[in-house]
Amino acid sequence: MRTLMKGNDAVSEAAIRAGCRFFSGYPITPQSEIVEYMSWRLDEVGGSFVQSESELSGISMIYGAAACGLRTMGSSSGPGFDLIQEGIGYIVSAELPTLLVDVVRYGNGLGEIVPAQSDYWQVVKNGAHGDYHCLVFAPASVQEAVDLVSHAYDKSEEYLNPAILYYDGAIGQMMEPIVLPEMKEHDPNQFAWSIKGRGGEPQKQVTSKCYYEYTTPESYVENLRTKYAAIEKNEQMWESYLTEDADLIIVAYGIMSRTCKEAINVARKQGLKVGMIRPITLYPYPVNAFASLPDNLKGVVSVEMSALGQMVEDVRLAVNGRKPVYNYATGKMIPDTEEFISYVKNVLEGKEESV
Amino acid sequence: MKKLVIYKNRCKACGFCIDQCPKDALSFGEEFNDSGYAAVVSDENLCIKCGTCYRVCPDSVFELIEE
Amino acid sequence: MAKNLVTPKLISEFNRFCPGCGHGLIAKMIAQVLEERGVEDDAIQVYAVGCSCFISTVIKADSIQAQHGRAPAVASGVRRARPDAVVYTYQGDGDAAAIGLSESLYAAYRNENTTAIFVNNGVFGMTGGQMAPTTLEGQKTATSIYGRNTELTGQPFKLAELIAQMPVAYVERCSLANAKLIAQTKRAIGKAFDNQLAGKGYSFVEILSPCPTNWHMDPVKAYKKLEEVVAEEYKLGVLKDSKEDSK
Repeated sequence: MRTLMKGNDAVSEAAIRAGCRFFSGYPITPQSEIVEYMSWRLDEVGGSFVQSESELSGISMIYGAAACGLRTMGSSSGPGFDLIQEGIGYIVSAELPTLLVDVVRYGNGLGEIVPAQSDYWQVVKNGAHGDYHCLVFAPASVQEAVDLVSHAYDKSEEYLNPAILYYDGAIGQMMEPIVLPEMKEHDPNQFAWSIKGRGGEPQKQVTSKCYYEYTTPESYVENLRTKYAAIEKNEQMWESYLTEDADLIIVAYGIMSRTCKEAINVARKQGLKVGMIRPITLYPYPVNAFASLPDNLKGVVSVEMSALGQMVEDVRLAVNGRKPVYNYATGKMIPDTEEFISYVKNVLEGKEESV
Repeated sequence: MKKLVIYKNRCKACGFCIDQCPKDALSFGEEFNDSGYAAVVSDENLCIKCGTCYRVCPDSVFELIEE
Repeated sequence: MAKNLVTPKLISEFNRFCPGCGHGLIAKMIAQVLEERGVEDDAIQVYAVGCSCFISTVIKADSIQAQHGRAPAVASGVRRARPDAVVYTYQGDGDAAAIGLSESLYAAYRNENTTAIFVNNGVFGMTGGQMAPTTLEGQKTATSIYGRNTELTGQPFKLAELIAQMPVAYVERCSLANAKLIAQTKRAIGKAFDNQLAGKGYSFVEILSPCPTNWHMDPVKAYKKLEEVVAEEYKLGVLKDSKEDSK
């Protein structure tokens, strides 16, 4: 049965149905709806909600509840997501699962409340110190966001690593008809590591595992390398659209991928052979999508709503010098189809500079 | 009949028990323990088994056990 | 007469604290209190950084190490995730009164049904004895080498008094200065845990403790200083005792 729901509300309900029973967060546009939704919904399913005094305190509470084996969620945007970084560092170090939602707003510092994709570096290249990655999922629709919630929880628990659901304010605010999953029960006691009081067993600890599990430098390094190598090998997700015969491949994710798809369809009608790779995971970056590129391909264009272009670096790495890569960074603007097609034409005519 | 047990290898020779003992029964010993501290010793003749040393020791050096 | 006086089972045989440090004493008393109430298997300790971080190696209860200052917030998450556990926090000066002041106050503000142990030794011990919010006026530390200037840096911080302004169950300040005061400290810790077991809400125990290493004095003198100098500034006693049950 399809129901019309706003992105932020749908993600919240999807988390509840995946078994999330603890949320702590703080209002900030454009994700306050998540905090509001959880404030009444968690009580209905026997979970706990705390509007924390800051995001810093909120992520700390999430850390505590996650250590006890619960499915937990946090969410924020921009400067609030900055405060969450300290907690991410500790959660990652303790090897715990959690789901964090980043609903992206534009601009450095306080910024503006309009949608953007300018926090790619923060979620993919990290905000906390140290050798780690978060799993990063970038849905392009409300339905995909709903579907990725459950997937993110499963992967987060499989790899004992935090997962970030990263989408822009437009997806957070838009309403689309969706199908919600069935309610699933989650048992916090299923994990050998979950803290509940030692109950006659030897002491269990949650802290940086280098203090009690990976106690030699070699084992610590080995664990990190093995974990992230497995994620990079097994968890890449993407969608390819009309790439087999493309003269130009667009790389775009989230809301940008939807406008690009429309523009590509228009371009194809004009005889321009344009295709698209749409990353769904940003970490691990779907390098396998770039494994075979058509011989006739003239270039790859990374399209993002940021000022500098952030994902373009990873596109360059994935293309690895085989074809020129172009940076179409639009700031906070969603590109106009006409402008975009004229840019595509320029690239094909060799009039644009590659990065 | 209570007996004072001293786990001398736990002792760090901080001296607090010596200071707090109401009967001045405790003192630094002649020998060093495994950590290199002059672990505390008790004079049986002065000790009244009050348990003060047990209560003030940060390192659980003392036990007072029924023999 | 009374039963045997033995090392609590929860306590490790060895600890890394300096000779004369108060942490070992406080740890032992917490362990005794938990074992006397038969709740050592239900206990979850949430600690942070600084010398307090060794608490998990000394008290062998299930433990979670929080980020610096965030133990009360982490404990709030644990409190909700594990309604049947006995949850307590263990923090020093920097953790509870500097970087973590907001988290300390908000846990009290929400009247969390947890127990907070705050070890006040007037310095940041682990990092080499820098000035803490609780450092006394004129006290020389690694970041106040001529003595603390309270005009520039503020007065010695009275966290217990602040917490007592909140709608909490219990606040007491104790000291480890001598055997009698140590016994009172143990009673306060016991009361703080009894309150949690009865669902009465937040209990906060501030314990004046010596840091012989960073006070640059031998342990016996450090304990004397607690009695003669520190207690002049930090008044001992019960600051709040709410007799009503809190929800």
